Amino acid sequence: MSDYNFAYLDEQTKRMIRRAILKGLAVPGYQVPFASREMPMPYGWGTGGVQVSAAALTPEDTFKVIDQGSDDTTNAVSIRKFFEKTAGVAVTEETEKATVIQTRHRIPEAALTEDQILVYQVPIPEPLRFLEPRETETRKMHSLEEYGLMHVKLYEDISQHGAIATSYAYPVKVADRYVMDPSPIPKFDNPKLEMAAIQLFGAGREQRIYAVPPYTPVVSLDFEDYPFEATKADHPCDLCGAEDSYLDEVILDDAGNRMFVCSDSDYCRCRREAGHVGRLGVETAA
Amino acid sequence: MTPLLQVRDVAKMYGARIGCTDVSFDLYPGEVMGIVGESGSGKSTLLNCLAGHIAPDRGQVIFDTRADGPVDTVTMSEPARRMLGRTDWAFVHQHARDGLRMNVSAGGNIGERLMAVGARHYGDIRARAVDWLDRVEISETRVDDRPSAFSGGMQQRLQIARNLVTDPRLVFMDEPTGGLDVSVQARLLDLLRGLVRQMGLSALIVTHDLAVVRLLADRLMVMKDGHVVEAGLTDQVLDDPQHAYTQLLVSSVLQV
Repeated sequence: MSDYNFAYLDEQTKRMIRRAILKGLAVPGYQVPFASREMPMPYGWGTGGVQVSAAALTPEDTFKVIDQGSDDTTNAVSIRKFFEKTAGVAVTEETEKATVIQTRHRIPEAALTEDQILVYQVPIPEPLRFLEPRETETRKMHSLEEYGLMHVKLYEDISQHGAIATSYAYPVKVADRYVMDPSPIPKFDNPKLEMAAIQLFGAGREQRIYAVPPYTPVVSLDFEDYPFEATKADHPCDLCGAEDSYLDEVILDDAGNRMFVCSDSDYCRCRREAGHVGRLGVETAA
Repeated sequence: MTPLLQVRDVAKMYGARIGCTDVSFDLYPGEVMGIVGESGSGKSTLLNCLAGHIAPDRGQVIFDTRADGPVDTVTMSEPARRMLGRTDWAFVHQHARDGLRMNVSAGGNIGERLMAVGARHYGDIRARAVDWLDRVEISETRVDDRPSAFSGGMQQRLQIARNLVTDPRLVFMDEPTGGLDVSVQARLLDLLRGLVRQMGLSALIVTHDLAVVRLLADRLMVMKDGHVVEAGLTDQVLDDPQHAYTQLLVSSVLQV
């Protein structure tokens, strides 16, 4: 243990954040303003997610951090270490064992349970921002449920690309009321937003928290003649052979060779340990 | 016949200065009314009060809604007023870039109001956008171009298409021909006159250009220092002005 208060933030701050979280859960998809603190990491590294995690963690929790689905990238490692040091909680890379999972840009492939909390890092919480720069106006649009503008963006996509080209941060309507930015997760993950776990979204720089309670209906916006499609690269994973997981494309050399590999590193590891082998995989001793 | 719009004693003050005051009139369906006056005479303030962009300090603006009959739009709830603003009302700004989304294609600009009232079929929205581009004499091939690639006159016509696509019954126009050269102005006026007659629109047109009201307006209101100094049939007011200011205004027009 260290000299830090449990999970770095002081108790008053955590209390303030918990109030925002509870309000967010009570009004699914509504962006609750909160007094975001300076964190010992730069904006854009997950300061919002870290504050939400700090407020949600208890000493009995097991913590997992993923960045683009992976447990071993810089962002994931630094945040995991941060809470190991300041909260002294158990950490894990296994999705099933974690009780609090902080994520950047992915939802784990394994279905989450009612005993888990998924915390998202959000860069820009306002789904209408790039269409309507005025915060006063976007707030009014949310409060009056004027969401025609969101479809203008999708219209522009189709008119320019022949299909809805938005592939991440795909806008959703939560509980038939608020339009919400699900953070930059690929739209492949959108159908998973209706899940058993609590989902909390923290935007540190923008000072907003929002939430999706368990089993809340989450609908991806679309047109009748251009329905929503959850897309992924049309390949199996080259390491574990999975055909149902979201894939990263990795360029191997300058001769055009590339491989596709699960972006969820824990999911891929579990499958390989269970004996699945992809095109470029090697047998692991189980 | 019930008037489409009944304005009763509307006033707006900017601190101690008068924006506009004691304005009352009726506008009947299919009627076009011009509001003329010099800069600072309160005509834009009046138009913004009537269109719900600013709240008047006093008075009533009673609009004959499709569902509930005459309702005072000043005291109605904001969602209801904004709903009117994108269904039964249209507002054409002097500068097209105030009324358009410059970073959205022409088709998207026209489709926005349709999507705002619940249209969710891309093919239908696009078909109506193309239809409206045709009606304002913009080539169908420009449907995916952004308004920033359009000339001033085209931008203004696009703004009109974007406003009329939901079949509004009342159009507010704030200097619709301002900043356009005369030949483009003439085409725009021709187009507006055709649309107004075809669709049976009522319109309130604010302008300082007497030629515009002569062509478009059935009735005319002359404003000075926030007050209406003269009102009547357009030809009557322009050909036989009674008030000293109206006489000055009419005689100020250059004869070519």
